[in-house]
Amino acid sequence: MTALTGPLARVRAQVSTRSQRRDLRAALLFISPWAVGFLVFTAWPLLYSAYLSLTDYDVLNDPSFIGLENYRTLLEDDKIALSLRNTIFYTVIQVPAYVLVSLGLAMLLNQAGRAAGFFRTAFYLPNMTPPVAVGVLLLLIFNGQNGLINEVLGFFGIDGPSWTTDPNWVKPAIIVMSLWSVGGSVIILLAALRNVPTELYDAARVDGAGPWQRTWSVTLPMISPALFFVTVVNTIAAFQTFTETYTAFFGSGNSTYSNDAALFFSIYLFQQAFQFLNMGYASAMAWVLFVIIMVITVIQLRVSRRLVYLEGEQR
Amino acid sequence: MSASTDTARPAAAARGVDLTPGGPTGPLPTPPPRAARPAGGGRRWGPGRVVVVMALVALTGVFVYPFVWLVSASLKPQGEVFDNRIIPLTPTLENYVNVWAEAPMLLWLGNTVLVTVLAAVTVTVSSAMVAWGFAYFRFPGRGPLFGLVLATMMLPGAVTMIPTFLIWNSLGQVNTLTPLWAGNLFGSAFYIFLLRQFFLGLPRELFEAAKLDGAGNWAIFRRIAMPLTKPALVVTLLFEFQAAWTDLMRPLIYLRDSDKFTIPRGLKSLLDQFGFGGNWHWEIIVTASVITTVPMIILFFLGQRHFVEGIATTGSKG
Repeated sequence: MTALTGPLARVRAQVSTRSQRRDLRAALLFISPWAVGFLVFTAWPLLYSAYLSLTDYDVLNDPSFIGLENYRTLLEDDKIALSLRNTIFYTVIQVPAYVLVSLGLAMLLNQAGRAAGFFRTAFYLPNMTPPVAVGVLLLLIFNGQNGLINEVLGFFGIDGPSWTTDPNWVKPAIIVMSLWSVGGSVIILLAALRNVPTELYDAARVDGAGPWQRTWSVTLPMISPALFFVTVVNTIAAFQTFTETYTAFFGSGNSTYSNDAALFFSIYLFQQAFQFLNMGYASAMAWVLFVIIMVITVIQLRVSRRLVYLEGEQR
Repeated sequence: MSASTDTARPAAAARGVDLTPGGPTGPLPTPPPRAARPAGGGRRWGPGRVVVVMALVALTGVFVYPFVWLVSASLKPQGEVFDNRIIPLTPTLENYVNVWAEAPMLLWLGNTVLVTVLAAVTVTVSSAMVAWGFAYFRFPGRGPLFGLVLATMMLPGAVTMIPTFLIWNSLGQVNTLTPLWAGNLFGSAFYIFLLRQFFLGLPRELFEAAKLDGAGNWAIFRRIAMPLTKPALVVTLLFEFQAAWTDLMRPLIYLRDSDKFTIPRGLKSLLDQFGFGGNWHWEIIVTASVITTVPMIILFFLGQRHFVEGIATTGSKG
């Protein structure tokens, strides 16, 4: 007790008085729900999932250790390759489209003055729709024969494709449908646009900058932190997209639509885990997903360091 | 991260502090006053403004039309669901009667309300406690521990999904509603972050004064900090209520018997039954979709301001 050294001694030194010790105890009590939850529902699952990924496990029998076999199988599994291709295609198209559309809408709203509040509400409404209902809407509105989208296209003399059954058009339909719920990003970007100091525009105008130049040299740099946030969050979400697509194209009794074109990585993972009960294999898939998302996020962080403008003392 | 602490001075502080339980209600901190507004566009109603508003009206149509379509389809008899008319040719409520006969909608609604209320209340209380622990107290290791809280936000759900299932399985809780909400007893990183930001903006002198008056740590949290944080607590409640109501994946994983289903899970089973597999009754599916969605729309209109401010705040704290 007498000769404590290192970090422990520092902790003791910091909490020497009685009231400080009482505070420490109180603080630990307050954060204890999180601490317990972290150990039980994050730390242990992480370790156990890593272990399971090295086993063959079907829940009914004990896991049997098979080393890196699952990861080797992953490399040869055609459906892994397919689901990864589908997921990457979706992410690469959907995220830029999503960010551009929400930026466009936010800029329009920013010009609307007092009416913006009403339109902001209207744009956000789809975000309240349960994703399973969005999946249903996807099937109905993009229906090839009499769906609303093709009806509208027909009005312009365009013969719309069979969105929900033609493998080439399934993913585009999912992407277009996902744009219906850009409302959340619109609100974030609009808040950022409103934070841009008016003086900067005045200064730019004095310097003779036109509307395009003002957008390019003032608006975009000033809102780049929010743009970056929206991009990163949506990339992570896009890579894990599940519910709308699963609702519309997978599930029990669904023989007509079992559609390889919509097989995203998280859907295949879900099937392996809870339909085929290959818990070991699914755990290996989860780790692959984890690594991919980490890599993408790190790359985005790196790129952002060059592109994202932060005011002087802010971080 | 620390930047937002300064910009997030709650309005509560500026307005003078109200200590009555149920304290001041007001907007979340970050959105700035709208006064010095016109960025890029003028204030006057020039032709440019008219074009902008017309474009926005057209876009509003695009965003709202699917709801209109869905509701109107639910009021059409079986053969006319796909006719794409806004006003049904022969409007009828029989789909609403039929869906009740085909599926235990009331039971599903009851299950969903139970899960969502429990999920929202537990996550709000526990996240507020944890957030307070990180905001008010100075203790060694606080920074790294809070870093750990933030790090868990970035962990893909898929990694913990299977072991979490095994935990509930070993506790005999599969095919019960417990796994859909009980994890919320331990708080949630995102809400802990949101609420901590809010707590950090409250004036510290207030708590010091209460302490001098002999208030204990719990009393300071419960009687002073919580009432002042009402706007942020409402945001947390609303967000989690929506998340729990609309969740499909966990009900897919944990619920087996149809009398345990939540309403999104039930809607998915109706789609499997009446949409695929040859048993075509889209009018049932459309009607069940409306029933699944309407409570969320009502919730949004009740808490609209809080939703919008909560989301705007989220982005500015990235």
